[in-house]
Amino acid sequence: MYAQEVKSTGLVVKPLDEMSDEERAFQVRIDAGEKIEPKDWMPDGYRKNLVRQISQHGHSEVVGQLPEGNWITRAPTLERKAILLAKVQDEAGHGLYLYSAAETLGVSRADLIDDLLSGKAKYSSIFNYPTLNWADMGAVGWLVDGAAIVNQVALQRTSYGPYSRAMVRICKEESFHARQGFDIMMKMTSGTAAQKAMAQDALNRLWWPALMMFGPPDADSVHSAQSMAWKIKIMTNDEGRQKFVDQTMPQIEYLGLEVPDSTAKLNPETGHYDFSDPDWAEFFEVLKGNGPCNVDRLRARNIAHDKGAWFRDGLMAYAEKRKIAAE
Amino acid sequence: MANDWPLWEVFIRGQYGLSHRHVGSLHAPDAEMAMLNARDVYTRRNEGMSIWVVKSADVTASAPSRKGPMFDPSNDKTYRHPTFFDIPDDVESM
Repeated sequence: MYAQEVKSTGLVVKPLDEMSDEERAFQVRIDAGEKIEPKDWMPDGYRKNLVRQISQHGHSEVVGQLPEGNWITRAPTLERKAILLAKVQDEAGHGLYLYSAAETLGVSRADLIDDLLSGKAKYSSIFNYPTLNWADMGAVGWLVDGAAIVNQVALQRTSYGPYSRAMVRICKEESFHARQGFDIMMKMTSGTAAQKAMAQDALNRLWWPALMMFGPPDADSVHSAQSMAWKIKIMTNDEGRQKFVDQTMPQIEYLGLEVPDSTAKLNPETGHYDFSDPDWAEFFEVLKGNGPCNVDRLRARNIAHDKGAWFRDGLMAYAEKRKIAAE
Repeated sequence: MANDWPLWEVFIRGQYGLSHRHVGSLHAPDAEMAMLNARDVYTRRNEGMSIWVVKSADVTASAPSRKGPMFDPSNDKTYRHPTFFDIPDDVESM
């Protein structure tokens, strides 16, 4: 999802009777649905996995501002512009909640940001796809935020208190994001033939990358058992993907659009939609850094960071000066 | 980023009559900026009518690992709870 590359420790889940006393007490608390708080004892692997997952999630929110930020000045009306601006501001806020949650695990904000800027840390593959026209703003809000909601609603039940609380806040704001996107799609699909074609084109391009957001098929993500046992991960990649397809297909139909997957249809036996896999080779290429916009995104973040340095330093210098004057 | 701005804890009063509640934390160079950042990060949807910001370094916290001895003095004093006392049904409300 927003943390597709957390490969975990590769640890096999130990049975309770093979755990140390501390590990067992920890697992018992998690199994009982208790939240773990920053100063509680926790296994190193738990801490490490969480730092990676929460920081990747935070980076995704921050980088996620770029594909939409590009359209703020190009929004078709003042109202759409104000809405998009509010949405992008939310994404910055979400990044901040998540960075704060990661910091409670003993990492510094500066290190987290350095890892993003150097390319060492990852963010969701979805943001390495371009947003070519206004219909993409509709499709991104509707599909990308819609997929994110599926994941984040589940993560509200994650075992780590600060992460769970960040998810609760984020989910409240996220439904505004999905709805404003769907609203754009409704407007475009009820417009001229050309506008409807734009909406269809945006769906065609973003459908597969949206499915990829949930990460590789369960059969290929063999290391998630420990994360599930620790309730860092709440549902499997395939479960999330299925849920997303099930909730989105009727919406596609409502809009009068066609899903770009001829195999996608409701299976009356299972009650779920059947659908095809996205191109996993493409997914892994994007993760490796070879997507259409990987280079652009990192460059834009680095430029913003470098250009803001004098301002951040200036604020700190001013605060220091006033502190000295007050003493 | 050479150095992090200090960390602040943010408390918000949601409405009159309620106490300020901890909502999260943020980095800011000084109290004034912490206040502005808290407004932008934590009250974009009318969540608050008053904000407190406190430097995280100024918060003294009890240690969860000492939870036992810390809260022990109240554990064995069940008579502090009104439910400890059996009041006859004939005595109506108390």
